[in-house]
Amino acid sequence: MTAKIILKNLIQHPLSTLLSLLLLTCGTGIISMLLVTQHQLATKLDNDLQDIDMVVGAKGSPLQLVLSSVYQIDAPVGNISLNEADKIAALPLVKQAIPLAFGDSYQACRIVGTDSNYLRKYGCRFREGHIFNRPLEAVIGSQAAALTGLKVGDTFVGMHGLGSSGHVHAEFKYRVTGILEQNNTVADQLILTNVASVWKIHEHHDDQGYPAYPVSRHEMEHDHAEHDKQITALLIKYRSPVAMISLPRMINETTPMQAAIPQLELKRLFSLMGVGIQTLQAIAFAIVLLSGMSIFIALYARLKERKYELALARAMGSSRLLISWFLVCEGLIMVITGFMAGMLLSRLGLYLLSKYAGSRYHISVFKNSLLPEEWYLLSATLMLGLLAAALPAIKAFRLNISKTLAHE
Amino acid sequence: MLQAIQLQFAYNPQATFSYPDIHCSQETPLLITGKSGTGKTTLLHLLGCLLRPSGGRLIIDGTDTGLLPSGKLDRFRGKHIGIIYQSAHFMSALSVLDNVLLPRFFTRATPDTDKAKQLAARLQIDHLLHKLPAQLSKGEQQRVSIARALINNPQLLLADEPTSSLDDDNTDRVIQLLQEQAALSRAMLIVVSHDARLKQHFSNSVFLEG
Repeated sequence: MTAKIILKNLIQHPLSTLLSLLLLTCGTGIISMLLVTQHQLATKLDNDLQDIDMVVGAKGSPLQLVLSSVYQIDAPVGNISLNEADKIAALPLVKQAIPLAFGDSYQACRIVGTDSNYLRKYGCRFREGHIFNRPLEAVIGSQAAALTGLKVGDTFVGMHGLGSSGHVHAEFKYRVTGILEQNNTVADQLILTNVASVWKIHEHHDDQGYPAYPVSRHEMEHDHAEHDKQITALLIKYRSPVAMISLPRMINETTPMQAAIPQLELKRLFSLMGVGIQTLQAIAFAIVLLSGMSIFIALYARLKERKYELALARAMGSSRLLISWFLVCEGLIMVITGFMAGMLLSRLGLYLLSKYAGSRYHISVFKNSLLPEEWYLLSATLMLGLLAAALPAIKAFRLNISKTLAHE
Repeated sequence: MLQAIQLQFAYNPQATFSYPDIHCSQETPLLITGKSGTGKTTLLHLLGCLLRPSGGRLIIDGTDTGLLPSGKLDRFRGKHIGIIYQSAHFMSALSVLDNVLLPRFFTRATPDTDKAKQLAARLQIDHLLHKLPAQLSKGEQQRVSIARALINNPQLLLADEPTSSLDDDNTDRVIQLLQEQAALSRAMLIVVSHDARLKQHFSNSVFLEG
């Protein structure tokens, strides 16, 4: 009967209940979407970063270097000479240096020339087939495989550049030797091959006047000797923390290359995005507060017309506590319903975002469990509901039955 | 058996009401009359335990209501006193049946639907049980109030101006109905009214002087 009384009362004023719910749904929904997006982004970035301490590439924007070579989401900065790169890799402070050569793509999936260490770093396992052993053999990441439909044994030709149209390297066909299991890292969306494959394809181009390496415009003007091979970037892991202090500076000051520290660049990126996220969060919190106000106003205004009913309940034997409890429950039911609707909205939004934008940015933001921050959000909303119901509940508790009944 | 001994009530030091001693039993329904402003409604609320008197004692079937703490007084009121208000009021969101059952709920008794249906049949409102109170006529609403007041088998049935807006025929009918129903439920009946027409129906009456 308690539930019946409370629910019927809520349904009796559908518009004001709906308004409160709508505000709360929007507020919590937006907050939750921001929280999840941020969380998934951070997890994803962290996952892809693994233990890469430093990225060495051509001079230019360090952020671009990190985004392009670690996350494969931006265009490469340019190329560096293999000789120079080898010198860095041979330094005693460097524990591991993984070469990357990229700039070609197949059906929007990037073709990255690297070595087996890259696969090991991301803990890649083979769903079928094996790693590339010879030039023009390729291993396909799980998402890339799903997108392109390539299977072991298939052949395909790479396309110059990362866009949707460009010169097709028709003379050289890659052959798929393996397909990777999904492991939620950047490797999922890549087509991996060895560096030599990339060289082989682009050496040929030199003869035809194509740039030796993709997307490095300033290189176009030069003719490169055969032996001056190039790569796009080196992913470096230090041997000791001492390297952190000396190595980046050494590279930046004494070589034509630049060293970018992913951690720092990410921090910079987040501080840039942070302003926008904080603004959105502030707006969402304001909406939640507004919904709290509207619940309060709804309960308080309705209290006036319900005073007689509450006095009647008291006259029929209800305790003070019970009728206050009715009001508190109404507030709580509203905020809980609003919160759940907000979560549904946020998950729906994230699902759509993942579906339509996720593949473009290689990020899945959908998450069906609740983040710890969302549990905090739930407790905050519950507090809001309690707060909104507090004053009406106290008024109901103090209701003068006789006066109320006599004045009707 | 109800005894009200030297009941007093003060809204403020200037406006105090002192009431004569009142006795009432199941066999002899009581009419309390008096002009406006003589504290009739206040007395009804005192007898219904909606107000605590500032002086005097109220004993209902051996229970000295002045000694009950407020929580217990709430329960006592719900269990033993049924009140029919001047204008019928309900929980408008609930059906007639649920409204009749409300006193059961508030006194944490099991919802006795059979009893509610019996009462409804007795009061000829059994065809209205699933409607909303607002869909009923005034007369039907009053009958629903009576059913609600009697659902807990109270010892005391209080009626506040039950005939104020009725013509002579209907006044007779309502008073007869109240007396009948109170007798059937073995409840003491006290009617508070300024309606002089009621005197002929009551052998036992109290007149409040201003």
